[in-house]
Amino acid sequence: MRDGLIAVVGDKDSVLAFKAIGVDVFPVDGEIQARETVHTLARTYSVIFVTEKVAVQAETYIKRYKARAYPVIVPIPSAEGNMHLGLAGINANVEKAIGANVLFDNKED
Amino acid sequence: MAKLNVNPTRMELRRLKARLKTATRGHKLLKDKSDEMIRRFMIYIRDNKRLREEVEDELTDSLKSFMLARAVSSDAVIEEAIALPGTKVKLEVSSQNVMSVDVPVFEITKSEGQELYPYSFASVTGELDGAVASLSELLPKLLKLAEVEKTCNMLADEIERNRRRVNALEYVMIPQLEETIKYITMKLDENERGATTRLMKVKSMLENR
Repeated sequence: MRDGLIAVVGDKDSVLAFKAIGVDVFPVDGEIQARETVHTLARTYSVIFVTEKVAVQAETYIKRYKARAYPVIVPIPSAEGNMHLGLAGINANVEKAIGANVLFDNKED
Repeated sequence: MAKLNVNPTRMELRRLKARLKTATRGHKLLKDKSDEMIRRFMIYIRDNKRLREEVEDELTDSLKSFMLARAVSSDAVIEEAIALPGTKVKLEVSSQNVMSVDVPVFEITKSEGQELYPYSFASVTGELDGAVASLSELLPKLLKLAEVEKTCNMLADEIERNRRRVNALEYVMIPQLEETIKYITMKLDENERGATTRLMKVKSMLENR
């Protein structure tokens, strides 16, 4: 079983901050490196936070782990700004499960 | 709907009737499962959306203040300051069964030194303190988000798969079985009628002799 390690993958500006709080960080530069890093980390880490940019670049690898419980790969906004990838993912899930986006069309709150 | 390719015999009829019974029962069970999964999913997805929005806002703020800290001090100073983190976050990972889907559960076990700021306060500015503190506070929420989001992902997949099963039973399997059963019953009845008329015919022939 995995031993509960947390990793953050992304551009250096975004991930460096996480280093201070005791999480393993892996700065990546470019698409190929992003993909390879996610691929190798997925074997040992339980939770991998990836910046949205990396999430787009390594999409094929991330999709592969979607159906399993571990590793959990979560997109987070980077220092460069928010691409709203996370919310798009939530909406996609709702549409997949319910068949229509019943939850977020009209913002209830 | 096409009927199944079977021999119209009593044995086959009995077998098909049993299958129809199982299919109907399975269909009902799966439909109930689907309803309950959607109910749970709605609870999780609301949670997911709320967490996602909160985390994204707070994380953007934290990263911004970290950027500010980097702007104030030189790169080398910052990198040196956080090169050896004082804490190491570890998780207790396990899985939980939600509607026969194995979803992850984390429990944070912070360990190895409780020093949050791994640097000397003399060397860096206050902005870094703020960034580190807020990020460290955010981490449990971030992990909760990871947990809930994964649960939603897996539930959504399972709901879709389950719907396929329900539809296959409802629109293919059950009509097919019903049609075949009807066909066999008709055929058997027809045979019986044929036998009766044949007997009657033979009897009248014997009487006329």
